[in-house]
Amino acid sequence: MAKVPLPAGEISSRYGPHLNYTPPGGWQGTSEGGTEKLVKTHCCFCGQQCGIQLKVRANQVVGFEPWEDFPFNRGMLCPKGVKRYLQGNHPDRLLDPLMRTDGGFRPATWDEALDFTARRLRELQGKYGKDAVAVYGGASLTTEKAYLMGKFARVALGTRHIDYNGRLCMVSAGTAYKGALGVDRAPNPWSDIAEAEVLMVIGANIGECAPITTDYIWRARDHGAKLIVADPRFTPIARNADLFLPVRPGTDLALLMGMLHVIVRDGLTDREFIAAHTTGFEKTAASVEAWTPHRAAEMTGVAPEAIERAAHWIGESRRAMLMHARGLEHQSKGVEGCEAVVAIALATGNIGRTGAGPIMVTGQGNGQGGREHGQKCDQLPGQRSLSDPEARRHVAGVWGIAPDDLPLPGYSAVEIMNAIHRGEIKGLFSICFNPLVSLPDANFTREALERLEFFGVVDFFLSETAAHADVVLAGSLQEEEEGVTANVEARVIHIQKAVDPPGNARADSAIICDLARRLDRGRYFAFREPREIFEELRLASQGGIADYYGITYEKIDRQKGVFWPCPTLEHPGTPRLFEDGRFFHPDGKARFMSLEWRDSGDPVDAEFPVYLTTGRVVSQYLSGTQTRRIGALVDQNPEPKLEMHPRMAEQHGLRAGDWVQVTSRRSAITLQCMVVRTIRPDTVFIPYHWPAERSANRLTHRTLDPRSKIPEYKVSACRIEKAAGPPNSEASLRQRSVR
Amino acid sequence: MFGMEFYVDPSRCIGCQSCLKACEECDTHRGVSMINFDFVDRSETIATAAYVCWHCDNPTCAQVCPADAIKKYEDGIVGSSLKPRCIGCSNCVLACPFGIPKLVPQCEQMMKCDMCYDRTSIGKRPMCATVCPSQALAYVAPETIAATRREKPVNTFWFGNQKITTKVYMMAPSSASEIAIDVADYIWEGEHELAPQTFE
Repeated sequence: MAKVPLPAGEISSRYGPHLNYTPPGGWQGTSEGGTEKLVKTHCCFCGQQCGIQLKVRANQVVGFEPWEDFPFNRGMLCPKGVKRYLQGNHPDRLLDPLMRTDGGFRPATWDEALDFTARRLRELQGKYGKDAVAVYGGASLTTEKAYLMGKFARVALGTRHIDYNGRLCMVSAGTAYKGALGVDRAPNPWSDIAEAEVLMVIGANIGECAPITTDYIWRARDHGAKLIVADPRFTPIARNADLFLPVRPGTDLALLMGMLHVIVRDGLTDREFIAAHTTGFEKTAASVEAWTPHRAAEMTGVAPEAIERAAHWIGESRRAMLMHARGLEHQSKGVEGCEAVVAIALATGNIGRTGAGPIMVTGQGNGQGGREHGQKCDQLPGQRSLSDPEARRHVAGVWGIAPDDLPLPGYSAVEIMNAIHRGEIKGLFSICFNPLVSLPDANFTREALERLEFFGVVDFFLSETAAHADVVLAGSLQEEEEGVTANVEARVIHIQKAVDPPGNARADSAIICDLARRLDRGRYFAFREPREIFEELRLASQGGIADYYGITYEKIDRQKGVFWPCPTLEHPGTPRLFEDGRFFHPDGKARFMSLEWRDSGDPVDAEFPVYLTTGRVVSQYLSGTQTRRIGALVDQNPEPKLEMHPRMAEQHGLRAGDWVQVTSRRSAITLQCMVVRTIRPDTVFIPYHWPAERSANRLTHRTLDPRSKIPEYKVSACRIEKAAGPPNSEASLRQRSVR
Repeated sequence: MFGMEFYVDPSRCIGCQSCLKACEECDTHRGVSMINFDFVDRSETIATAAYVCWHCDNPTCAQVCPADAIKKYEDGIVGSSLKPRCIGCSNCVLACPFGIPKLVPQCEQMMKCDMCYDRTSIGKRPMCATVCPSQALAYVAPETIAATRREKPVNTFWFGNQKITTKVYMMAPSSASEIAIDVADYIWEGEHELAPQTFE
């Protein structure tokens, strides 16, 4: 049913991605079209959520001006932030709802598109049961929209199955921190990074994925801090590392267990802190007893001496911070990896103080806020558990429904796609998610999408996934609707509406509320504007872990952000957690988790002897739905390149620029290679932002961490061989520019 | 902006090219970037370098300009070529020891960094140094640099026997007082002025 209705070439010639280079009115057009205003808001891309001023004229975003007074980034922006403004007037922008026809898509009225969507959702639920329809949300949505999606799935549709693309991002860290510390957030404000004496960055390509955090790290170095970087690649920040640990993909846990072994063996633990504020240390210590530096070295390819040194630097410091991101977390033992980081911080007493703590570097725009208020399959607003009877009573009370009417926890993002593939889920309603590019094993994802009996999408561009839809509801960009997000440090910030959606496109939250009305649930969705959603969210989160009750839009503007928890209107917010030594478990104690080694779900062997790891480049963001449409950002990285070491290139008779076929147990793609000394000789790297023949995720596998359900993107097995030339379809996929 | 100076520290650069993208958003030369950016040798290293015009005290570009199109202003800023005067001969492009000026084909004129004259003259920082996520490009007070950085600002460069002093500073190891890149600069050739040898 949900096959793409046109050949790929025709879809792309109509809906892009086209490349937009110039602001509305052109580079020279300045003063035409009325006065200009600056709107203080935030970048729509990564979890840094940098403050930025959008330049607005005649209901169009025409440029930007740095916002130097915003304390987090003080005017700094990466290239994505600089060029983000080029989306609003983009020729690919969807200006009307689209309905699928035999020959493609046609514009429709809102009544027609929404009535059709509501009818199909009802038909499927009537025929197959409520759980036959699933909802996908996203972590680039404002917190109001994320909250609304959770409520929409559970109250308007009554389905168990809602999850979001943050499942591909923050859930390993979230699961580990929730389990160990009782709360899912980075415990320290970013200003602490600059105050650290020792910084360990593991599996986090800060320079490309969280660029402005580089300044915090460099400021720590300016004070003399030691920098430890663990990564299979020599990332931009690794260049200044005092200690570089070239860890083999998928073995970060062994490295951390080796370090913890040394910390215990050499008495570098903070016994007083462990006794007063934690439980479970002995079991964790026992679980690393066999992980001598030598064993860890054999597993990781990092020298035993380097493991000892890293352990000593951290263990001997009272101001050590450990920062981690997807490199550590995108593994089938991603939760254990994060638990090991937390265990090192707890064992050495490096937590709850200035410059001391384990911190996760959240990747998606509202990666923090988007995972707090009920968009996850097992969660209710306020970081409450959907399985907790008290939480169900509280939220059901705020929503005006009976607790028993709340569905039980459902499938996570990848499990939803699996259930679609096997025919259990028949309908999908999706916003802010491009799973065809972002989920692992893309051919499987395409097969699943083609089996859907109904697929409805809200999006502002026709993403590769949206091309499979029966109906595409033309939604809004971040700057077209007011709201809040929470940045990487859990600072809740205010997204201002700068312009109206263009054409007949509508604000996302208005679309969802309108659809809820057509599903006869309008009385639960009587929101006229995002502020009203936020007011309800405050109540729904009240008393929860992520307590937003004391946060208002005005307070955010006054304080330039409010760190949650913020339980009362008088409360200033909580930049640093655990300062009183109390953790968020009922007994107030942090928990050491015992660590256990597991092999990767896609092991290298004689047939697939090369480690494949994937990640980002600085000029692109996630599935590229937005950034592959911005000319200057595409020019910087026009294509995904396969990175390999000269030693591997020599073995295969390859030179820089050669076309190489990369084959995994799922599929094969052909890319041009870069030959660089900045990667382990046993590993290749492909950035994941591209679709189809250039999709790294055609190669990755669907093994999940059993607890967080995150896919193991960071380690797959593959083989490489020289290809005769570019793939046949290469020419047709080249993007067209609209200068 | 009064009391501020420009500092370049390639050791901080992460190669993100934010400076390059932001420069073309500047109102005086919209759509044309004046940043010089290089991957030093990508096959060997991730190292990158982004830099602006060094704004020489005695600018070579102006000295070699046959049309007298390049002016140094009172505050030490060396401007882009003056459009009515520039003949597009590229003398400056060839002569600049730092390789900064570019001939912009669309307008057949040399254009280069003017330190965001439109911004700095009204108290704003230059666009590149404002957005730079690693502060490899920084526009701050000399006291701030002295108080916050381990490296030391240097603005004397040797290119063979040509000694150049500049308004923009390069951050160098704390033991260095001048920067010389040619072995010849370290060779004793008699009693004329020499770049001091740096031993570390």
